[in-house]
Amino acid sequence: MMKIDVAIIGGGPAGLAAAIGARRAGIQNVLILEREAYLGGILNQCIHNGFGLHTFKEELTGPEYAERYVLQIEEMGIPYMLNTMVLNITRDKKITAANSGGLLEIEAGAVILAMGCRERPRGALNIPGTRPVGVYTAGTAQKYVNLDGYMPGKEVVVLGSGDIGLIMARRLTFEGAKVRAVIELMPYSGGLKRNIVQCLDDYGIPLKLSHTVTEIKGAPRLAGVTVAQVDENRKPIPGTEEYIPCDTLLLSVGLIPENELSKSADVLLSDITGGAVVNERLETNVEGIFSCGNVLHVHDLVDFVSEESERAGENAAQYVRGEHLSNKDGGGVRLLATNGVRYTVPFTIDPRNVKDKVDVRFRVDNVYRDKYVSVYFGDEREQRRRRMILTPGEMETVVIKKEMFLKYPGVKTITVTIEE
Amino acid sequence: MQKEIICISCPMGCRMSVTLDAGKVSQVTGATCKKGVDYAELECTNPMRIVTSTVPLSGSPLNTLPVKTQHAIPKDKIMDCVRSLKGITAKAPVAAGDIIVENVCGIGVNIVATRSSV
Ligand SMILES: Cc1cc2nc3c(=O)[nH]c(=O)nc-3n(C[C@H](O)[C@H](O)[C@H](O)COP(=O)(O)OP(=O)(O)OC[C@H]3O[C@@H](n4cnc5c(N)ncnc54)[C@H](O)[C@@H]3O)c2cc1C
Ligand code: SF4
Repeated sequence: MMKIDVAIIGGGPAGLAAAIGARRAGIQNVLILEREAYLGGILNQCIHNGFGLHTFKEELTGPEYAERYVLQIEEMGIPYMLNTMVLNITRDKKITAANSGGLLEIEAGAVILAMGCRERPRGALNIPGTRPVGVYTAGTAQKYVNLDGYMPGKEVVVLGSGDIGLIMARRLTFEGAKVRAVIELMPYSGGLKRNIVQCLDDYGIPLKLSHTVTEIKGAPRLAGVTVAQVDENRKPIPGTEEYIPCDTLLLSVGLIPENELSKSADVLLSDITGGAVVNERLETNVEGIFSCGNVLHVHDLVDFVSEESERAGENAAQYVRGEHLSNKDGGGVRLLATNGVRYTVPFTIDPRNVKDKVDVRFRVDNVYRDKYVSVYFGDEREQRRRRMILTPGEMETVVIKKEMFLKYPGVKTITVTIEE
Repeated sequence: MQKEIICISCPMGCRMSVTLDAGKVSQVTGATCKKGVDYAELECTNPMRIVTSTVPLSGSPLNTLPVKTQHAIPKDKIMDCVRSLKGITAKAPVAAGDIIVENVCGIGVNIVATRSSV
């Protein structure tokens, strides 16, 4: 049995920053476990630029951003194991992993979950029709093109306007494919505005909002899809059907945190985020097990992943050293997300653990223009900020300051809400 | 003339209002930083993009090498630039920042590697 103070599951940007955070906070015995043959996670296939402006003050591609962190890991001499798949974690923080050397048993002082997320598969969509070759998730296609170096097809329809789909529409155009359309069920895109400008508008690729794919045709290879407009209940409107011939359909319909392992450790998951229910220290309901990055909630900016994860690493270090207030005594103030705010991370804040402030991240359920984001302590409105636009595709932040807690001693709930 | 544009210089995606007078930018509002103002001026007069792609990589455990234009290039040169990468194979070892193609399409910008490989 190997003994590790802080064990980190996953070597993507979250895992790397968490390891750096734990080491900076004085823990020597840190170990990263990564199932792939390299560190950096999903960033290795995100070859486009747009990463890291907030952290490095320059615009990097995914692999460049990852390399900065990998270099720091090497310089700090932080150990990692590649090609090592974590199979199980128990609530008393025993980890089972497998690699070419066989099974590995690790007893950890603290565990940081940093497994990232996976894509919603086709099965979750239920489109009638054949099951032909040529239907892929956008991320799988991204891996084929950017890492393996081959093209999934020549005539492409993208279903879902998530960022990966938008980025792949441009990428496949570069490689000579014809992207016929991007089809989005909702009346707005879930992707970042800059990706719509840069990946679709630049190349004249149509974005069909309030549309869906109603049928998939062709066997054994995809021959085309039928798309139709949908009404306000997202039901196809008869008579609006249009057949688009294509040999490739990419699905970009959302990401789900990869939490199978967390379940084995009895970590409580949120129905809304699909990630762990964490407190202000990013600690789950299981003491000493922390969560950060896309496994906690889906991020669009890697800068926030790194920042959040470094804190998770510092907090895990504190836990290992015993300088940590237990969350068992119910000292936490509950955060409530209401009126268009879908969720907050963290879910609770223990005011005793707040040094100067807590960044509370949240997402909204719709597009809102010229509204106010308000924060209530109990029934008292403490903060009200005007926002020109709020969209589901972009993560938002409210800052809860230490002095606010001093103003409302004994407060039980903090509500984040959208108001006129 | 009034133009609404979105800054794409960083993931913040600030929404800006640009006032154009006789084809020249006279006012930009809504930008969080100077980069946004610069972008608005370029986007409304001479739009530029950083282009990213991959080329095959030989002599490495990796199949492909991700690359980018070292600086932004004119938007109407993007497709020329990606087409000119066809047929180019990089050789390992390579370090991020190494020049893979010099002066691509004669526009005075190099194509550089964005990943290192032994
Ligand atoms: C297509 C796409 C485009 C994006 N574009 C941008 C952008 O333009 N700008 C920006 O700032 N951000 C962007 N992002 C977001 C950013 O890349 C992610 O938020 C970030 O990579 C998440 O980091 P992570 O470490 O949580 O997850 P990941 O990068 O997914 O890393 C998780 C790691 O855990 C490993 N792992 C999982 N399970 C196990 C296990 N059981 N055992 C061992 N290892 C395991 C995985 O192999 C992986 O390496 C984009 C994301 C995607 C998917
Ligand atoms: S104005 Fe500055 S902060 Fe805003 S998107 Fe542009 S570069 Fe980013």
